Amino acid sequence: MRFYARKVVRLLIVVFAVAALTFALVSLLPGDIVYAIVGQDATPQEIEEVRAELGLNQPYVVRFFDWLGAAMQGDFGHSIRTHEGVMDAILSRLPVTLELVILSQLITVLLAVPMGMLSAFRNGQVLDRIIGSTAFAMISIPNFVFALLLIFFFSLHLGWFPATGYVPVTEDFWGNLHAMILPALSLALVEWVSLMRVLRSDMITVLQEDYIALARAKGLTNSHILFRHALRPASFTLITLLGLQIGNVLGGSLITETIFALPGLGRLLVENIFARDFMMVQGCILFIAVAYVLINFVVDMLYSILDPRIRTGGARG
Amino acid sequence: MADSTVEPETRAETDMGIEAADDGRQKRRLGLLFWAPLAWILFLFACAISADQWPLPEPDAMHFMLQAAPPGEVGEVEIGDDTVEDYRFLLGGDNMGRDIFTRLMHGARVSLLVGLLAPMIGLAIGGTLGMLAGYYRGWVEAVVVAMADIIVAFPGLVLLIAITFFLGPTLWTVTIALGFLSVPYYTRVARANTLTFAQREFVLAARAIGASDLRILAREIFPNVILSLLVYGLLVTAVLIVIEGVLSFLGLSVGAPTVSWGGMINEGRDYLKEAPHISLIPAGIMFITVLSFNLLGDTLRNLADPRESRL
Repeated sequence: MRFYARKVVRLLIVVFAVAALTFALVSLLPGDIVYAIVGQDATPQEIEEVRAELGLNQPYVVRFFDWLGAAMQGDFGHSIRTHEGVMDAILSRLPVTLELVILSQLITVLLAVPMGMLSAFRNGQVLDRIIGSTAFAMISIPNFVFALLLIFFFSLHLGWFPATGYVPVTEDFWGNLHAMILPALSLALVEWVSLMRVLRSDMITVLQEDYIALARAKGLTNSHILFRHALRPASFTLITLLGLQIGNVLGGSLITETIFALPGLGRLLVENIFARDFMMVQGCILFIAVAYVLINFVVDMLYSILDPRIRTGGARG
Repeated sequence: MADSTVEPETRAETDMGIEAADDGRQKRRLGLLFWAPLAWILFLFACAISADQWPLPEPDAMHFMLQAAPPGEVGEVEIGDDTVEDYRFLLGGDNMGRDIFTRLMHGARVSLLVGLLAPMIGLAIGGTLGMLAGYYRGWVEAVVVAMADIIVAFPGLVLLIAITFFLGPTLWTVTIALGFLSVPYYTRVARANTLTFAQREFVLAARAIGASDLRILAREIFPNVILSLLVYGLLVTAVLIVIEGVLSFLGLSVGAPTVSWGGMINEGRDYLKEAPHISLIPAGIMFITVLSFNLLGDTLRNLADPRESRL
């Protein structure tokens, strides 16, 4: 139990640090945000009013805890441009990003698992080397370049998928999927490499176990051995990494959503950066960062439940 | 003592011998996959440094007769005070008729500067902290590791965008922010390496003859740790060039008139159908560069520590 208590305490510290960092970025850095709101040529009186309204006259520490307290209750303030509630804006954009994350993780697994298994099964042979080199080349391609290449080939040349645009899932399920495939693929093409590599190296270890030799001796087919005997014990690290990559994909969605014009959380952040709406930016950053920390925490916990060695410290050398 | 400092290398070599025997893939000598990327990076450096010296049009000189000119098109440009009638747009012109070749040379400056300076910042700070943590252990280690964990727990790209948003997107903020982000990764590598070296005989011997902690760190541990940090730095460079590309693609890195590859890719985005070369040529150059750093880093890491590279 002490193990979990320590983890929770660390989670709280990290969340607090993340919140403090987000707040500090907005508050402590040069340039008075009030000018951003009222404009350069406002009268001193106007400026004073806005300052009082935003509570800027109070000390940083007081403001930080006020802000943190409100944020913990889901109140991230209001947009300084549209006066829309920041939390409402985030929640209305969230489903798009979630769908993108789930879809891209699905494609990632569909790419990584067969490739990793094949590569491990043919360890050191031509096929392994081809998969390995392709993967190596692919991690050298930034995901915005992948997105452009996919648009170039599949939308502009072949015309199979739309280049941009979003169809709500409630309106047209297939149309929605049709529009989301390319964005999800552009994320997956970068992410599958690390998953494939861990699966390959774990699988190579598993394939050297005695029970695999026994299964071979019994005359079981290769596919039976690979899928029924080797995949499960080899996929521990894979599952953890898959969880941890959700955070990466969340960051990557920033670019993908901008390129494919999907109304998701990442695009909300980028749009408001250009609009210099600091309340929105602050809210989005805090939301994404806390989500990222929480996801990593949950994955960590799940992993230690699945593998008791982590919990008892047995796996640490 | 001279003997014991040589030891890690010889051990690495025997390890590699074993691996070469059971795997057959590992090559002892540096092959084409080392020299070709090295040549490319050196070539790029030469281009970036000498970009102003060549008889080429200015990177922001627009030629409206040559908008989106395909690679190899010939047109009239001004170079310095002269007008050249049959200048060949080797890699074509972009949407405003600017010479892509010249712009690539100038853009290389941003990518290389950020890609090399930022890892240096990370290496200096992260390497020092990691060595201190690994050497002194105790509360120093606890604090350093906790801080590294917190920075890593923050989504990097979002933090970066936040910093450039609030501090303004200049070359220096981007470089320093990227350097700051790479600190915890260096800290981890430096700490892990220091932990193993701090228990070796030559450190014990140095301590036995009365060397101070500072001397042990600087003379015994640092030379052993710095190599793996530098090799790791090549891989970090590859990642940072991509991230800088992402930032300038989104318009959150250095803006006009400074040319950057990410910015060039972004400018061609709307012409992807009619003139794909505007985006795809800079994208290709960026790919080759990132791949080169990855290949160099990977080859050197295999050479330095074959066990680590298998992870």
